Amino acid sequence: MHNKTDFIRRLPDSGAHFSKSESMLRRVHIDLILLLLLVALTIFGLLALYSASGESLSMMKRQLVFYIIAYCAMFTVAQLDMKSLMRWSPWFYGIGIVLLILTYFFGVNAKGAQRWLSLGFIRFQPAEALKIAVPVAVAAYLSVRMLPPKFGQVLLGLLIIALPAVLILKQPDLGTSLLICTSGLIVLFMAGLRWRFILGSLVMLLVSLWPIWHYVLEDYQKRRVTTLFNPEADKLGAGWNAIQAKISIGSGGFSGKGWLKGTQSQLDFLPESHTDFIIAALAEEFGLAGVLLLIALYFAIVIRGLLIAWQASTTFNRLLASSITLTFFVYVFVNIGMVAGLLPVVGVPLPLVSLGGTSLITLMLGFGILMAISTESKTKK
Amino acid sequence: MIRPDFVKARISGDHHHFKDHQNEIRIFRRRIAFCGLMVLILLSVIIARFYDLQVKNFQSYSTQSDRNRIQVRPVAPNRGLFFDARGKIIADNRAVSTLTLTVERVKDLEYTIARLGELVEITERDKKNFYRALKWRRRPYEAVALKYNLTEEELARIAVNEFSFDGVEVAGQLVRYYPYGDLFTHVAGYVGRINEAEQAGFSKEQLHQYAGTQSIGKTGLEKYYESVLHGEVGQEKIETDARGRVLHVIDTINPAAGKNIELYLDAELQIEARDAMQGRRGAVVAIDIETGGVLTLLSSPSYDPNLFVTGISEKNYRLLNTSRDLPLFNRAVQGQYPPGSTIKPVLGLGALQHDIVTPQTRIVDRGFYQLENDNRLYREWKREGHGDNVDLYQAIVESCDIFFYDIGRRMGVDRMHAFGSFFGLGSQTNIDVPSERMGLWPSRAWKKRARGLSWYPGNSLNMSIGQGDVLVTPLQLAAMTAALARRGEFVEPKIAKKIGDAETEKVVRSVYQGDQANWEYILRSMRDVVHSFRGTATSINKNLNFTMAGKTGTAQVVSIAQDEEYDSEALSERNRDHALFVAFAPYSNPKIAVSVVLENGEKSSLAGEVAKRVIIAYLEAYESAQ
Repeated sequence: MHNKTDFIRRLPDSGAHFSKSESMLRRVHIDLILLLLLVALTIFGLLALYSASGESLSMMKRQLVFYIIAYCAMFTVAQLDMKSLMRWSPWFYGIGIVLLILTYFFGVNAKGAQRWLSLGFIRFQPAEALKIAVPVAVAAYLSVRMLPPKFGQVLLGLLIIALPAVLILKQPDLGTSLLICTSGLIVLFMAGLRWRFILGSLVMLLVSLWPIWHYVLEDYQKRRVTTLFNPEADKLGAGWNAIQAKISIGSGGFSGKGWLKGTQSQLDFLPESHTDFIIAALAEEFGLAGVLLLIALYFAIVIRGLLIAWQASTTFNRLLASSITLTFFVYVFVNIGMVAGLLPVVGVPLPLVSLGGTSLITLMLGFGILMAISTESKTKK
Repeated sequence: MIRPDFVKARISGDHHHFKDHQNEIRIFRRRIAFCGLMVLILLSVIIARFYDLQVKNFQSYSTQSDRNRIQVRPVAPNRGLFFDARGKIIADNRAVSTLTLTVERVKDLEYTIARLGELVEITERDKKNFYRALKWRRRPYEAVALKYNLTEEELARIAVNEFSFDGVEVAGQLVRYYPYGDLFTHVAGYVGRINEAEQAGFSKEQLHQYAGTQSIGKTGLEKYYESVLHGEVGQEKIETDARGRVLHVIDTINPAAGKNIELYLDAELQIEARDAMQGRRGAVVAIDIETGGVLTLLSSPSYDPNLFVTGISEKNYRLLNTSRDLPLFNRAVQGQYPPGSTIKPVLGLGALQHDIVTPQTRIVDRGFYQLENDNRLYREWKREGHGDNVDLYQAIVESCDIFFYDIGRRMGVDRMHAFGSFFGLGSQTNIDVPSERMGLWPSRAWKKRARGLSWYPGNSLNMSIGQGDVLVTPLQLAAMTAALARRGEFVEPKIAKKIGDAETEKVVRSVYQGDQANWEYILRSMRDVVHSFRGTATSINKNLNFTMAGKTGTAQVVSIAQDEEYDSEALSERNRDHALFVAFAPYSNPKIAVSVVLENGEKSSLAGEVAKRVIIAYLEAYESAQ
């Protein structure tokens, strides 16, 4: 007994400890690189939020609680077995659709939109769940088919996407609806959707832009688009956010005005400085240097996600991992592009930085799935 | 190796589709690479955009950001004060609490004003003034006054409720205050809110200087000395948040207060003059002979200038404006009256100087005078005349018109006009009060110009006794009397003695030297107007412990036909003669010259009493000061 332990101790393998800790991480299904990147982003986000919220401790506490819940959710989901997720995916999808229908009829009305479903003790947005359920369902459907998908399969895939998208559009919530479409379409694309389909649909989309503008978009949505091109037209109204965001960003310069010293956000010239427009507050206080750091973190997370997808062991895992990663990137791009005046204003928060719990938890669930996929591909090699 | 998808495919019955894994993975990885590239490109676009905003256009956005938060607010200078000769404050600045609104921060203006109306009384006039002020040029986020002069109780009520109103503030403000009320209104004038016309007339520099100022001198000294009283505007750089709330002052340039002005005016003398007037209509002007300083300038009736400072109500203004007694009218410098006999000493001197008469000249006065080829009888005020042996001395002491008719005829309009002009008749005295009238001292040229007629000999007769077209202001009379007392030196009257630390300049406009014997003769005659028992003002010489010189005058308000007699009983009060009196004292060492006009006062001795009281008050104070 004594000898044995001695023997082990003397084992001349310096890599043993490393492999041991790595295997331990693998046992709890954690992707260390992804985790470190997320934690770095979380810390940076909390710093920016503390300042943008006007040094509100209560807001910080709430957000911290959300982070803790979100991280727990991520670790839990990371333990999932992908096969069962795939098997259960029609159920998730189905329940999601039912909830959306229920929301349509019995939802809670807030700010002119019916997005919330109340179960008496808890209120939640079913649309959030669909952000995960749709790509999972499409990936599950396509992964057992001969890829690249045939025309009929593409149509069915589109139907899976369109059903919840239309229901969410009706709430109305254009932003979420578009993001759900995006996450589903990415799965189709990664499954090898033929370029002629893609180009064909792009042409059709361009052709239908005119009728969409005139018959589908609401006035407020149109105004957001026109404001993008000419924010000065309505300086104190619709253009105010866009103009003040640009001033905030621009006045930050390269090195920024300093943490807690951004005049635009601290003096309330920048609206929504702790929610959708938080990057403008961050850019004001941390300057271009801070923006570059933030973008670098996002880029690293996306690259890590794509790498996990690249190495994933099954078609389902591949499709899902790439969709989660790229949807995350779309969030980032749409939010930053909107604040920087490159895209129209849509209500998309900056992932992991903006104040708010629901989207945070959904995102972290996605990262949990990524970790599960990462673990699976490692164990199977 | 287990392939769950393959197994699943078989289970679900899709086993006829065999998956080509190598191809699938190849396509997938190509697409991953494609997406990675897209990510890179899109992030580059974002970085380029941020570079453009934060580095290339940093300067522009930095300026815009500063312009958002930093505002330059003008700080009004404190207005200079007026002190009387003994250091008493005549125009003061009083700190009052003002309820102000910053409309940019008020959500619903009407509602807010209505709510405030529940806490403090807000009259229709307050509202009207407020809305009018809103229309004027204003900087963004500049507060506009809604109600001045809040009481302690009102302040407390607002303080309790202030938090429920956005954009409502109580501001401390200095507001002009005239502690003597109506005593100095016509000389000190008053300030009032800057109106649109005044604002429109401002130069660029003035617009800058008055950016923080609410009021401006409207009349009197306040208007005349506006430029020195106002001071230099200051600046406050303040940081505000998006709602205009002031967070802190970044930088201040202190305003330079306006200069204080010390006046020759003496409040006690002014009070004495007012009391002596006993509410009658008219004017009193007293001048310090040595300096030309105006000791008293009173126009009666008067009004309270404090009414005008924060805006007079329409009702009050209408009352003042439509009063038959014309309280708004400044009789002392704008009232033009026929001087009557008060100008006789001047013309008598002129006659002596031009050798038209000598001390030995005697005339017969039967109560009327006639010109050749003219049937008109020029009457004497004393119906039966002054006797057969009237000389210039008697003509002044007893105020004989016939003697002066003769002077007028022989001296002629040109010489009378030239001589009277030395004593300031027909021209402004250049006193430091705006809108001074110049009276009328007729000449041939004037008559041709104004009436299109040539000068008639009869005009000269009327002119010689200060009637006809002749008009003077009470101020001109006082200045003329002072010039007589100085034996021909005309000093421009001045109200301000010191502006800041600088003494005002004494301006000697003209000097008429003349023969000293002639001066002695005329001044002695004036002395005996008061001190001889035959003098027209003999009634005022009781209880005088000094000697004074004077001259009475009455001026017709309506012309009396040549055969009619003046009957005061038959004339309505407003048509009775004006009573005038000019005087200087002490006779041998003149210190003070006074003119008094009593509208429809009839008896010049009444005017003499007023002058006497002012002179006594002055000399007593002067002696006690010695």
